[in-house]
Amino acid sequence: MADTVPRLRTAGYNLYYGSFRALRDITIDIPENSITAIIGPSGCGKSTFLRSFNRMNELIPGVTVTGKVLLDGEDIFRADVVALRRKVGMVFQRPNPFPKSIFDNVSYGPRIHGTRDRGVLASIVERSLRDAALWDEVKDDQQKSALALSGGQQQRLCIARALAVEPEVILMDEPASALDPVATMRIEELMQSLKQRYTIVIVTHNMQQAARVSDFTAFMMTDGFRAGNLVEFGATKQIFTTPADSRTEDYISGRFG
Amino acid sequence: MHRDNLERGILELRGEVVEMSGRAGGAIRESVDVLASRDATAAQRLVDADEEINAMRYDIEEKCLSLIATQQPVAGDLRALFSILEIATEIERIADYAKGIARISLAIGEKPLSHPLVTIPIAAEKVCSMLEDAMKALVAGSPDMAREVAARDAAVDLLNERIQREIMTFVMEDHRGISEAIRLDWIAHNIERAGDRIVNICERIAFTATGELRDLD
Repeated sequence: MADTVPRLRTAGYNLYYGSFRALRDITIDIPENSITAIIGPSGCGKSTFLRSFNRMNELIPGVTVTGKVLLDGEDIFRADVVALRRKVGMVFQRPNPFPKSIFDNVSYGPRIHGTRDRGVLASIVERSLRDAALWDEVKDDQQKSALALSGGQQQRLCIARALAVEPEVILMDEPASALDPVATMRIEELMQSLKQRYTIVIVTHNMQQAARVSDFTAFMMTDGFRAGNLVEFGATKQIFTTPADSRTEDYISGRFG
Repeated sequence: MHRDNLERGILELRGEVVEMSGRAGGAIRESVDVLASRDATAAQRLVDADEEINAMRYDIEEKCLSLIATQQPVAGDLRALFSILEIATEIERIADYAKGIARISLAIGEKPLSHPLVTIPIAAEKVCSMLEDAMKALVAGSPDMAREVAARDAAVDLLNERIQREIMTFVMEDHRGISEAIRLDWIAHNIERAGDRIVNICERIAFTATGELRDLD
């Protein structure tokens, strides 16, 4: 990974729920313009770790963190949280469109960031829907309720909504786990085209999906104290053919988890 | 996740590879026997039997494909399956060399050989014992055993050179034996190539264990 630039970096990162340590001493460099998959058994802290990159864990009472999380070399805990979340967008497991029109969903972010001009908003909406591979399906009916779309379309709408504020990083928490195989494939294709311009970090339970779509894979599991550790991080090809750590091999070969 | 199907499948395939290799090694031994005995019927039987070894290879390939498609093996399991596929192909080629020797033997005809048959059987025996030990390394999953077997190929190469010198000396003394000499040289070449195939098998056994693909010769 010497020839890649880290976009996101954590160093000695710990996260506590009250006195319980949920993440232990995680140090990782996530390269830009690539897809990094975080895999690991249930409860290993991978979603918690993902949510660290845009400070979503702060919404949970009692959470404290130590160590560093850097975006482009800058400490995210010193940044303005609204500005940070604009740079680091998020897509969730279940599509969560607002009960509004397609247009209003995608233009929501730019509007709250101050864009009022209808023409500007329309062009942002078009660009975002095109980037999310949804434009052709909805361009003639942008006033339709987002809730009338299929599950796969709703998830692409949520991706378009994230893209509308021009983020640098997109976090995806099991983005295809509630979708059928065809809709899943479309999301995976979309990720491949998005990584040209964005840095994508995805949490997935589906190891075949991690192997298919990602460039880098991070394997996490809990230690004897139930704290999530980063066991191994490397090129996806290496992790799935010759993992360095026997725990990684045991997990990806289905010996536990 | 259910690993039973995958683990059982890999074990069964390994067993089939060992069985196939027993057939191929046996065919090499017999091919040199019929060369000495000049038994045309036995030689023809050997040529025909190669079909069965080919069928075993196709069967192994089909089972590998089906396991890969249905069980999605990764890491050590995936390396084991790919190696099994490669090893089965190499064994099939070794069996082809035995068939080749039997064919050459048929081409020489029914008359007794005019050359003394000394070093060819020694080389053939060395190759057969390498193949047997390679299968022990496969079952043990031992890269060290595989490397030790591969190192023995150098002796087979030396024997091949000795056979060529012997054939040349013989031809220089009696030019009438030249067509038989050329055929015996082909046989020696077949045995030497079988040794090379076993080195490839050993490379795959080491790869399965270590994940490193490199030449062992």
